[in-house]
Amino acid sequence: MKTGYVRRFSPIERLLHWVNAAGFFFLLATGLILYLPRLSMLVSRRQLIQSLHFWAGVGWLGALALVVVLGGRRLLATARELDSFDGDDLRWLRGRKAPQGRFNAGQKINAVLTAAFAVLFGVSGLLLWFGEQDTRYRFASTVVLHDGLMYVSLALLVGHLYLALIHPATRHALRGMTLGSVSSEWAARHHAKWKPE
Amino acid sequence: MDTPPVTHEPQPRRYGRRLFLATVLGGVSSLYWGKAAWDQVTGVISPVASAVAPILPAGGWRIYTISGDMPVFDPATWRLRIGGLVQQPISLSYDELRSLPHVEQVSTFHCVTGWTVQNVHWGGVRMHDVLARARPLASGHALRFVSMEVPYVDYLTLQQASLHDVMLAYEMDGKPLAREHGAPVRLIIPEMYGYKNVKWLQGIDLVPQAVNGYWEDLGYDRNAWVGRSNGYGA
Repeated sequence: MKTGYVRRFSPIERLLHWVNAAGFFFLLATGLILYLPRLSMLVSRRQLIQSLHFWAGVGWLGALALVVVLGGRRLLATARELDSFDGDDLRWLRGRKAPQGRFNAGQKINAVLTAAFAVLFGVSGLLLWFGEQDTRYRFASTVVLHDGLMYVSLALLVGHLYLALIHPATRHALRGMTLGSVSSEWAARHHAKWKPE
Repeated sequence: MDTPPVTHEPQPRRYGRRLFLATVLGGVSSLYWGKAAWDQVTGVISPVASAVAPILPAGGWRIYTISGDMPVFDPATWRLRIGGLVQQPISLSYDELRSLPHVEQVSTFHCVTGWTVQNVHWGGVRMHDVLARARPLASGHALRFVSMEVPYVDYLTLQQASLHDVMLAYEMDGKPLAREHGAPVRLIIPEMYGYKNVKWLQGIDLVPQAVNGYWEDLGYDRNAWVGRSNGYGA
């Protein structure tokens, strides 16, 4: 590793992130065609787009599950980090200055919500798909849940992209998710409690 | 000797898993309360959202099609054909249809997949004003509605088609019906789910009885009463 840099994300963590991102963007694009009347008109082939959206969703969740299985204990350790909130995390969430670990408290919440939303997208998507064929799976609120998840995910995504690509103080983090490493100086400033191996 | 003050930092809490479980459980439970809550929210934000971002389906509409190409309305060639068990088959141009007695109504549109658009302002003609010109035969007990979107057809019994608020709508919210809503004319039967409200109409036939239409062949109920069919209600 380059001098002055420390490894922040392992290959399996990065794989999980990018599998999630690729699937999400494809599902967002096909989902918006189904959802926005102007795009529906432009593309028109609803049956095809609906099938692409559904099977991409199945593939996305399947691929995520596969990476989690491959990650095994390494990802379990990551999950423990995301699960744990100490006093500094709570102070940070209240807007105070507090030293943070490898993940700051906002990143932990984002990761937890992303995981929960993946489950809910899967449940509501399956109910929408099977509800079209069998009334036992049809709930009046399924479409509301699926759409609501999309709106909240989109808001999280906009914030995430802003911090990862635009905001000068935080965009160095993108290097960690692409190449795996970040500068020691940046790590010390933003993640003071993190002790890189 | 001075000793540094001891601070008692509490043990880290497992808030991550609680947030995960609460989100999943809240989301799953919303299958039972989500629509009612959403209807409240959209009542407030819809006017604002449609002004700020007109691309959003703020009115609540989703555009469903069954074929690759959405039909295009050409006023020069389009005709509404009324045939089947009638004494006098007719075909109406767009202008002829608009010259029939005009009626307006405000009604709510329900899709079987769960979304609803409240207070849609429709303008058009009543069914009997159209049918009367073709003089139906006594052997006709149902109507077949034929869409320009092949092979979409659906049926109503004459009794269903004579409900007071059934109409052939060529205007929506004060404007000519838009292409995505079924231009130039669509069937409106507010008491039934959207798939009975055939878009892009090109023909109405008197037939002996109602049989399965496009969606009914795929398992949906023939009598698509809102709240009382397709697994909803009793």
